[in-house]
Amino acid sequence: MNLFAEAFAWLTSEELANSSLPLGEAFGQHLYFSFVTVLIAALIAVPAGYLIGHTGKGREIAVGITGAARALPSFGLILLLVLVLGVTRSELGAFIAFVLLAIPSILAGAYAGVEAVDRRTVDAARAVGMTEWQILVKVEAPLGLPLLVGGLRSAVLQVVATVTLAGYVNLGGLGYYIIQGVPLGRFDQILGGAVLVIALALVLDGLFGLLARVVEPQGLASRTQRRRADPATAETTASA
Amino acid sequence: MIEFRSVSKQFPDGTKAVQGFDLTVPSHSTTVFVGSSGCGKTTLLRMVNRMVEPSAGQILIDGEDVAKTDAVQLRRRIGYVMQNSGLLPHRSVLDNITTVLRLNKTPKAEARERGLALMDTVGLDRALAKRYPSQLSGGQQQRVGVARGLAVEPNILLMDEPFGAVDPIVRTELQQELLRLQRDLGKTVVFVTHDIDEAFLLGDQIVILKKGGVIAQQGSPEEILANPADDFVADFVGANRGKRALSLKQVDGRTIVIDADGKAAGVLHEGAA
Repeated sequence: MNLFAEAFAWLTSEELANSSLPLGEAFGQHLYFSFVTVLIAALIAVPAGYLIGHTGKGREIAVGITGAARALPSFGLILLLVLVLGVTRSELGAFIAFVLLAIPSILAGAYAGVEAVDRRTVDAARAVGMTEWQILVKVEAPLGLPLLVGGLRSAVLQVVATVTLAGYVNLGGLGYYIIQGVPLGRFDQILGGAVLVIALALVLDGLFGLLARVVEPQGLASRTQRRRADPATAETTASA
Repeated sequence: MIEFRSVSKQFPDGTKAVQGFDLTVPSHSTTVFVGSSGCGKTTLLRMVNRMVEPSAGQILIDGEDVAKTDAVQLRRRIGYVMQNSGLLPHRSVLDNITTVLRLNKTPKAEARERGLALMDTVGLDRALAKRYPSQLSGGQQQRVGVARGLAVEPNILLMDEPFGAVDPIVRTELQQELLRLQRDLGKTVVFVTHDIDEAFLLGDQIVILKKGGVIAQQGSPEEILANPADDFVADFVGANRGKRALSLKQVDGRTIVIDADGKAAGVLHEGAA
């Protein structure tokens, strides 16, 4: 039997069902780590990104920080933080590492979204009497939402992949099977675990793909073109 | 009445856009700032609603120094119409028109009624209310821009080259609409353009600007044509060429008006106008 068949056999085996970490619980832990990480990262990165995008200040610093943070080796960072904070607080250490990894994409999505709004639109909003806060909330945020969702989407993918390492510091998740399989030489289990992580990542990516369509503001050029292609609306446009 | 009192503006990069500018814009009439690009006309316009803060000098609206007002509140009571309409792309036509009404907490139903009435005023079909700006033609977008400018029933309407980006036929149409609107509404309009023909058509008072916001001449179109202050003005208004350098010729007992190219421009009716 080839390795893939063995991996799928393991996924449906009694052994997994009776494992010390049941599959459902591993999924739950993986999702919990991913969700909380992205939530915390978004709470930090979205306001910061909006501030940078709206004021145009601090852009260089943001680009520098995000570039540096992206280059951080996640495995090393988790081990370092767990060692520094102590094994009793390994969950905190892991969260800090995951959040640091998630921030760059979200920050970039938030400020790029705001920056991409036509300056003339912002100028007009200010000229008719919107406060700076209203400009941000009513104009820049909705128009920049697709790029922010794009940032969240890549952050989620990165986090789901990286949370696999939680297994290495005894925090469970789908990585548990992979990391447990390594010393045992159980390649079917390692591959089976990896397939689970990939499947989860694909499902979440698909969900964010749908979300990206939902949040695309109405009235933007791409939608209009789609509508113009529709002969029924083209006719009413001509008569109007 | 809008008064500019020795207003200057120097931008952070050192450009002196305007220096020592003095002008009184009378109420209920149209004043046109006209000049080539870089003459500071847009800067002057944007100082009225504090989109640009002067480096020196004062701007008074009905005797009140605008620098002492709250900028946001000031902008909400001054209509502003700009080139490329400046509409919010993610909001429908009606929402765009009623933006400021809603900011001022006008109830939704009332704002809606006012918005639809304004669509009639500027000659937009009410059926377009739910469309988005990108689904409208350039001329329709400008009409929405004008409707939005009028929504709060401002005394002052600032117009920054509002018809600069539409084709000549639509521009003529919009200019005629603005003349009609102004006859009905009698707002204090400050209009910026680089097109002298547009200035002569729309302006009760014309202010011709040279580089640095220097007034080359101000007055009614008739006064400027009759007596250009200097060669710059004469050249700018084209008083000695083309369709403005007209001469008379007697043909079969009637007086024909001939332009500089020798083409017949029309028939002279003595005593008319």
